[in-house]
Amino acid sequence: MQSNDSQTTKAQLVMAWGFVGIPLLWGISQTLLNALQLFK
Amino acid sequence: MATQTENWFSRSRTVARPGYSRWMVPPAALCVHLCIGQAYAYSVFNLPMTKLIGITDSAPDDWKLTELGWIFSIAIFFLGVASAVFGRWVEEGGPRKAMFTAACCWAGGFLISAAGVATHNLWLIYLGYGFLGGIALGIGYISPVSTLIKWFPDRPGMATGMAIMGFGGGAFIASPLSVWLMKQFTTETHIGVMETFIVLGVVYFVFMVVGSIIVRVPPDDWKPEGYVAPKANKLISSNNVYVYDALKTPQFWLIWVVLCVNTTAGIGVLGQASAMSQEMFPGQITPIAAAGLVGLMSLFNMGGRFAWATTSDYLGRRNTYFVFMVLGFILYCLVPYMGSIGSVAGFALCFCIIISMYGGGFATVPAYLRDMFGVRYVGAIHGLLLTAWSAAGIFGPVLVNYIREYNVTHNVPKADAYNTTMYIMAGLFVIGLICNFFVKAVNERYHMKVDDRAMSAATA
Repeated sequence: MQSNDSQTTKAQLVMAWGFVGIPLLWGISQTLLNALQLFK
Repeated sequence: MATQTENWFSRSRTVARPGYSRWMVPPAALCVHLCIGQAYAYSVFNLPMTKLIGITDSAPDDWKLTELGWIFSIAIFFLGVASAVFGRWVEEGGPRKAMFTAACCWAGGFLISAAGVATHNLWLIYLGYGFLGGIALGIGYISPVSTLIKWFPDRPGMATGMAIMGFGGGAFIASPLSVWLMKQFTTETHIGVMETFIVLGVVYFVFMVVGSIIVRVPPDDWKPEGYVAPKANKLISSNNVYVYDALKTPQFWLIWVVLCVNTTAGIGVLGQASAMSQEMFPGQITPIAAAGLVGLMSLFNMGGRFAWATTSDYLGRRNTYFVFMVLGFILYCLVPYMGSIGSVAGFALCFCIIISMYGGGFATVPAYLRDMFGVRYVGAIHGLLLTAWSAAGIFGPVLVNYIREYNVTHNVPKADAYNTTMYIMAGLFVIGLICNFFVKAVNERYHMKVDDRAMSAATA
């Protein structure tokens, strides 16, 4: 069995979560702006 | 030591070393689920694809909406087929191989579809997005499930909820991104669907491959620091059930019905919310406001996946489904009343909670299966269970559309045309409640023996 030799750093965690989190937050903000039409 | 058949994709090459943070796995899973969640936003291409020749209006040779509707249906059909057929392969091959395969199929589907648009050949799009994309959906959807459950034995609901939340959230990114891309590539003589497909295919491939690179499986018998296994509980099994033996248990089929009921109730209103809200509240809800309601429901669909699945770690899986069934019954009975008193806020609140439970049902079910059948084949069993989704995809819209049509043709006012459907949905929740009540611990004779475990480990 061959294992991977990487130790997770905080920077890697931030990058990984930012990689998926930023596009998701952008998408949610766009949807929220559209949803506000319901209350106008 | 690596064997000759081992390569970068092999499960054994993804085993984490000490020091690897399990919090890297949810973003890896989200890389895949956020991409394949694009499927929920596919409809943004429908109208532009009816004007590829006529540009401003549909020409006689342009594709019809009814023909284009098949693309999504084929994709969802093959999602169910692929998750059922490839479930065991995904489980035994490991998440990296599955995620990379899903990336190739997903990106390949977009590129073939782009060729279909360029040559105006609809069959190529059926083959690309429908068939190949559907396989990517099935494999991609189940690929991180068991890995997440193994990394988070203390909070399996939260872990799978995070990934499956991504499937709900993928549309939030895909919808505005696709509209923006089409705008960039559209000219006075050309609609930029083909270029948008190519860009999306490349971007999604990169995202999904990043997920396959950073994903790791925990070493055998790994446990999080300070983890204490839950006290003996009949509804949380420490034994594993082989994937095809699970099909012989009543528990599998009871949970299948429960998921089907929950999905039928949600999918029926999710697809028709815009038209339904405008017809139930004529003059009060405009088309723009209806679109806002659909967006709001989508947010609850995504949020419910995380919130309900996390809650299930504390409430227990069966109790969470009891809440879905009882609350669903009450809310569906309340919807006609909200219509009769003209309460838009009450109507929106009812549907938002219903949709949160629709998403929550999807996100909680992997942990429910893990509790019943153990962790070894949970991804594969989950794949088989997703056939309930395919069935609900037929039942839900049929119940809403056909009963409405029947009522309208029998002179029922449009504002009241959905009431019967609401009461039928409420009745479905009673069936789900009964099925959920009968879910008990799996009989010992279905548990994998030590020899079976050794054999399955050898094939992994």
